[in-house]
Amino acid sequence: MTPTVRVQEAGFDLAAETAALSAGRTDVGGIASFVGLCRADDGLEALVLEHYPGMTERAIAGIAAQAASRWPLTGCTVVHRIGRIQPGEAIVLVLAASRHRMAALEACAFLIDWLKTGAPFWKREEFADGAGRWVEARAEDEARAKGWG
Amino acid sequence: MRVLYFAWLRQRTGAGEEEVSPPAEVADVGGLMRWLAARSPGHAAAFADPAQVRAAVNQEFCGPEHPVAPGDEVAFFPPVTGG
Repeated sequence: MTPTVRVQEAGFDLAAETAALSAGRTDVGGIASFVGLCRADDGLEALVLEHYPGMTERAIAGIAAQAASRWPLTGCTVVHRIGRIQPGEAIVLVLAASRHRMAALEACAFLIDWLKTGAPFWKREEFADGAGRWVEARAEDEARAKGWG
Repeated sequence: MRVLYFAWLRQRTGAGEEEVSPPAEVADVGGLMRWLAARSPGHAAAFADPAQVRAAVNQEFCGPEHPVAPGDEVAFFPPVTGG
């Protein structure tokens, strides 16, 4: 199982990415997906995401490899956007495919939990009045990721 | 040694990256942070609260006791907020 990992400014096509995980094969029993979206909390105008080129791809590949060692995946996909993202737009896509649903669902949850705390991305919030602030990490996200053991 | 800064550490230091040659007694990440903090008021502001700074050596997350050596790529950044 070779994970598909991409970090890009452009948006992504959920249907096309999902179809790619079962194209040409008949052993895939289920594909779980998570799509993270930008909310317009407190008058937010945009999120600006930066990352650590090189390390980001390594870190995500490492997280995907951990998922593959814990669940019998037939494939998985992580697409994380960077740059300026407006409310309503998608930020991140996680797909996990397996013969059976529980492996797909659990691996998908594991992947997004670890992406939040184990990959070098940083979000900056921009507001209509010109104010900006860096999003602070949340202890509950850290606890969720650690909860997978 | 190549040092990279991200998010508000980049803003405070005023640089995304810099080449530095710390003295030999700077042997670990924590020591490097203290040495870098003395470079400018911006660096001092970036490292004012070490508890809010995370690090990676050669693109692997690590703690303040991790050794550093000439030729390493060392990055400093706040706790990550992706996903």
